[in-house]
Amino acid sequence: MIDVNNRSTASAIISRIYKVFLYLLLTLGACAVLLPFFWMLSTSLKLPTQVLADPPKLIPYPITLLNYVEVFERTPFSRFMINSLIVSTLGTTVLLISSTLGGYVFASYRFRGKDIAFWVLVATMMIPPQIFAFPLYLIMRSFNLVDTYLAIAAPIFVMGFGLFLMRQAVSTIPKDLLEAACIDGCSEFRTYWNIVIPILKNAIGALSIYAFFTSWGSLLWPLIVTNSEKHYTLPLGLVMFSKQYTIEYGPMMAACTVTVVPLVILYAIFSRRIVESFALSGMKG
Amino acid sequence: MTVLSKSLRNRDRFFFGLFVILLLYALFGILRLYPIVLSTGYLGFRNYNLIGTKNSFVGLRNYIQLVHDPSFIRSLKNTIIIAAVTMPVSVVISLSLGLFYSKKCWGSRVFQLIYFIPALMPTTAVALIWKWMYETDGIINYLLSLIGLGAVPWLTNPAIAVWSVVILWVWKWVGYYAIIFMYGLQNIPNMYYEASRIDGASGLQQFSRITLPLLKPTTIVVMVIATTFAFQIFEPVYVLTTGSQGAFLKGVKVIVYDMYTNYFDYWKVGYAAAEGTILFLIIFIVSRIQTLSMRMGKEQ
Repeated sequence: MIDVNNRSTASAIISRIYKVFLYLLLTLGACAVLLPFFWMLSTSLKLPTQVLADPPKLIPYPITLLNYVEVFERTPFSRFMINSLIVSTLGTTVLLISSTLGGYVFASYRFRGKDIAFWVLVATMMIPPQIFAFPLYLIMRSFNLVDTYLAIAAPIFVMGFGLFLMRQAVSTIPKDLLEAACIDGCSEFRTYWNIVIPILKNAIGALSIYAFFTSWGSLLWPLIVTNSEKHYTLPLGLVMFSKQYTIEYGPMMAACTVTVVPLVILYAIFSRRIVESFALSGMKG
Repeated sequence: MTVLSKSLRNRDRFFFGLFVILLLYALFGILRLYPIVLSTGYLGFRNYNLIGTKNSFVGLRNYIQLVHDPSFIRSLKNTIIIAAVTMPVSVVISLSLGLFYSKKCWGSRVFQLIYFIPALMPTTAVALIWKWMYETDGIINYLLSLIGLGAVPWLTNPAIAVWSVVILWVWKWVGYYAIIFMYGLQNIPNMYYEASRIDGASGLQQFSRITLPLLKPTTIVVMVIATTFAFQIFEPVYVLTTGSQGAFLKGVKVIVYDMYTNYFDYWKVGYAAAEGTILFLIIFIVSRIQTLSMRMGKEQ
């Protein structure tokens, strides 16, 4: 009996040590994950004289908003922010329309070659944006669309993943429900708009979050298709900063904070849903 | 609501469907299909330049030149290094995290949400923050000095700069892959574990005989995504090398960056298109091999 007791207390101790070690490691990892954001915020709140202090001061004292004032007064950063909002909203809206329309038709219609027609479009998600972006520039140029909001937002107008997601969502709607609308003599657009769209609420939420974050953060495409400062999006504005001035990290980090904050707010509100929709986009394959 | 007769209703349905299909093919055509066909099937075989003064068929000359182009070879080498390191490292870390998440221990939700943050944030912004942290007298070297380590020239030494990019990329994506692993683990039916417990299997045996084999599809998905992300890398390199305090470009130049230079600095559209085709083929073949290995595993 004593022996057994000893052994169980020993294994309890080992498992407790293991637990402590595990959480220590996880906490250390969490610190490493958060360090850059902490350092960004800390730097952005420092006086210019303290930014390069040696050794670095982790907590800024006194706290100042000078860097933020400088970003918004010396540069058209508020303009970049509005541009990002315009581009991301435009892109996401068109994507939602194209995906739900396509999802509805591919899920509820029957015609020859439907599967091939569907998979050709879905397969385009295998093409990395970094590869179609360059030839797409030539196409935009031939349409005379270079340096317009429309062109900056365009690549997000369609997404193989979006189409796939919406077809899945529509196919879960009971056939009877759509047919009932049909018997009532409802026009096709009415069925789509009044019956299908409200049911797709969750899928629409997931897709719009994914599209908005993707579009907000993209750099390569705006870099390619934008010429004038008045159309810069936030990431492009950030890069141009670091090119133009000898790097002043105070204002720079303030600008980064401004870019990141809207996303952090969205994440704080919709965290569960955001994690799910990103995981979904990853598992599409 | 408008009420339609049956025949009118059928016509309405037909034209609605036709309209949607045409709209989708127009959009996907302009934005995805035509660019890739134009680039791989046409431009890659021509000496087309951005101002349009040259545009004639050159056969495989672009491809032959690429193989002898030191800038391309260096970019390819750097990209492969980044992919070959970030992929396995991210898979191991995110698999461990995913296992922890799926146990639903105390605090696992909080860790999930924290570790996921970098994946959501714009790469440009986080790369700028890392650039600031990588400075010779920056915060990372300061923290290293606290535990008695010397300063590391994160950006200024070309041999080290590539590792700085690797660290950034692993940091950015492990939280995302971990979530994918967590969902994969949740899909493994609990009965396997219960049955094996009755048979007296140890935790380690359960892991190697049940968890790993059944998690294979998820692992492949993560491997494909991680490899693709690494081959597509552009923003971190662009940001880290820009400006007076930037990293030495030669050490970290990657394929997409090289394409960008060929396109907009040298205007060699055809050449860059050939380069894009090679990149596309690499990504396609690598992810194909990974997916096929999954299928072979299933048949066993």
